[in-house]
Parts: sequence; C-alpha cells; structure tokens
Amino acid sequence: MTALRNSPAKPLFQRGPSLGTRLFLLTLLSLALMVLDHREGHLDRIRQVLSYAVYPIRAIVDLPFSLSEWAGRNLEERADLIAENQSLRREQLENSARLQRLAALESENTRLRALMESSARVGDRVLVAEIMAIDLDPFRQKIILNKGERDGVFSGQALLDANGILGQITRTDPMSSEALLISDASHAVPVEVNRNGLRSIAVGTGDIGSLSLPFLPNNADIQKGDLLVSSGLGGTFPRGYPVAVVSSVARDLGEPFARVAAVPNAALGSIREVLLVFPGDSESDGRPEAAGPDQ
Amino acid sequence: MTAFQKRAGDGEGLRILVSLLLGLSLAILPLPSWAAAARPDWVALLVVYWSLAVPRRFGIGSAWLAGLALDTLTGTLLGQHALGLTLVAFICLKFHLRIRVFPIWQQAMTVFMLLTVNQFVLFWVEGLAGAGQIPAVRWLPVVTGTLLWPLVAQLLGVIRSRRRSR
Repeated sequence: MTALRNSPAKPLFQRGPSLGTRLFLLTLLSLALMVLDHREGHLDRIRQVLSYAVYPIRAIVDLPFSLSEWAGRNLEERADLIAENQSLRREQLENSARLQRLAALESENTRLRALMESSARVGDRVLVAEIMAIDLDPFRQKIILNKGERDGVFSGQALLDANGILGQITRTDPMSSEALLISDASHAVPVEVNRNGLRSIAVGTGDIGSLSLPFLPNNADIQKGDLLVSSGLGGTFPRGYPVAVVSSVARDLGEPFARVAAVPNAALGSIREVLLVFPGDSESDGRPEAAGPDQ
Repeated sequence: MTAFQKRAGDGEGLRILVSLLLGLSLAILPLPSWAAAARPDWVALLVVYWSLAVPRRFGIGSAWLAGLALDTLTGTLLGQHALGLTLVAFICLKFHLRIRVFPIWQQAMTVFMLLTVNQFVLFWVEGLAGAGQIPAVRWLPVVTGTLLWPLVAQLLGVIRSRRRSR
C-alpha cells in the first residue's frame, strides 16, 4: 500500500472522488444554480462577479467593430463631412422651428393639465448608450449595452431609439447591461391607440419585425395604419412614446378576439446607439450624476 | 490517431485555456442572422476534444467552468450550458480510450451524438424554464458542429504536435 502511494509514477487509479460522484455533484450544483437563477434576483452578485470575469472576452469581440466605426469616423472625406454638416444644419433648423411650436404646445399642455390638477411630465432625461457587437442566443431578442450601473442604469429602465420604444433593461452589471427588446416573445408593452386612446397590450412575437395585440375584441375601433404609443400604465415605460404601427387587422367572427399585428417603429435590427430614459423631472438636463442610481 | 497523440504536458494547460477563450469569443461573435442559427457550438467541440486528448488534465470540472462562462456570456440561465457540457465531458472521459481510436467518420458520429445530448439538455432546461415551442432549425448547430469536427480535431492535433517536436 505505502509503496504504491509513494511511487513517483502516475497513479494507476485516480485519487479524489470518482468520475460518477463528480458528475453527480456538478449536476446538483448546476440544477441548484438554474433554480435560483430562474427565480429572479437570488444570483445577482454571482452574475456580477462572473460578468466581470468574462468582460475581457466581450470587449475583445466588440473591439474590431468599434475600431472600424472609429476609423470610419476619423477617415471620412472632408467633402462628405461638409455635406453631412450641411444636411444636419438644415435638419437642426427644421427641428428647432418645430421645437418652438412644441414649446408653445407644451406650456399650453402644462396649463391645461394644471387646470385638471394632474401632473405633467413632458421631456424625460436620457442617456445615450451603444450596443456592443455581441450575439446572444439567436432566438431571444436581447442586446448588451456598454453602459451599466456606474452610469446609473437600473433594471426595468426603458430603452428608446430616435423613432420609438426599443425595450427595457433586464440586468445590470457595473460596466454593461442586458436589455430585452419589445419583439421578444416574453415581452409586452402597455400601449394605447394614438387616434382614440384605446388601451391594449402589445406582445412580442419573437420576430424582430412584428408585434401582436392579442387582447382586442372583434368590435374594437382599430384599423390598419393606427399609431400605437406607450400608455405609461405599469410604470416601466414613459407615456406617449411611439411603439408600433398597426399593419393588419383580421376579424374572424368565430373568434372572441381580433388578430392585430403591428410593426415596431424603432429600428430593432439595425441600431447601434440607443437612449436610456430616466423617469422623473425634466429640469435636470442630461447629467448622469443627477440620476438616482441607488433605487 | 495523430490527433490524440500522447505527450508530456508542458504548456498544455495554457493551450487549453487559449483555445477555450477563442471558442467563447466565437460563440458571441456577431454573425448575420442567417448564419447565426447555424453557429456551431465551439465550446462543446473543444470540451469533447480536450477531454478525449488529455483526460487527466481536462476533467468535468473544467467543462463545468467553461459552461458557466458560456452561460454568463450568452445571458442564458446560469448552469444551463454548464450542465450540458458536464454531461458531454463525462461521456467522453468514460469512453475516451475507445473513442480516441475510432476512424474519423465513426468519431464524427460519436460527436454528433454528444452534441445532440448537449442540445437536448439545453432544450430541456429551456422547456422547464417556460420557453415556448422550439423550432427545428435549432438542431442545426448539431449538424454544423459534426461537420466541423474533423477540421477542429486535426487543427488542435497539429497545434499540439508542433510544440512537441521542438
């Protein structure tokens, strides 16, 4: 016995727990992790530590894409830049003209709301974030953003692009965060029809170009081309942002509900920059320090 | 099989680590959407290779850690890939002496079976966690992984034997 144990050659039989025991233990560990992770929130600390550990991999994969973008910005032709500058100037002029009108409308709106004694909330504070060029599960619509807890991002925060609502933050790490798009099959946005205020819920289909509204009765006043805006019910999404445009309404008299499909306004598949909305006062303009990250 | 030649283990650990990091990066590298569905499970292929080639160095604990890293990177349930890869490594370690001497096509069949087991675990967990229907196209990584196996095995074999000749 002792002679065998002291021999310098590799042991004939493995020491430590046997392969079967180790498999059993690791399986138990995996199952425990999955159960805890499925019941949200138990593993947030562990996730954070792990995502620190894998952050270099994400950064390296993202690097060529951000580099090429950076190079593209820095090596652009002067003429191109001048042309772009001009068109932006023109756009800015148009926008500011529109804004003047908006200012008048906004003050009028505030006055009217004051008359009705309800709170007004026009203009939310936003933070620009970039999507990291990383593929997650191809059958879930999730994205990784390059802003995290350190920038005041919090779980449940609404995500916009220039045209409408994109999704919401589902998990935050110190340096990055994960967001679920509105087209994911497990996502739903409370919406209302802009034309008449009819409320409903827009559910993702898993297809990046369509949402469905499964809870509208056959006689609901909704038609093709209606704009759906967020209703602000539920508290996650700010009120009044465009979500989708109704693309088809099928009324089958044998069914209790109409089949309504809508196309998201935001460019879900082709965006790089997104806006994170901080709910609350519109007075503090655009400073992340003013945000309340410790909620 | 040249791909699994035995050798003294200097620098083996480093090579395993580098190849796994590369596999993890490939797992999240952005692909056009038509190709993303066919993305082979690189990490699973690496786990199969290393547990066949150096069963003393690469145990099911290493496979579990690689799976955990993959879970973190792809945002899936923690432990999902870890469980699948642990099972794959277990089968490989149990039968490594036999699988190592298989001719390449028979090896590819074995890898097909292993990748199926892995994918099955993933689907099973997703089903329990409440995912809806799983489209048939999601079995595609098993096929692409099997097709790529001879290439991966030869490549890693070459990398290992080159160092030895020095």
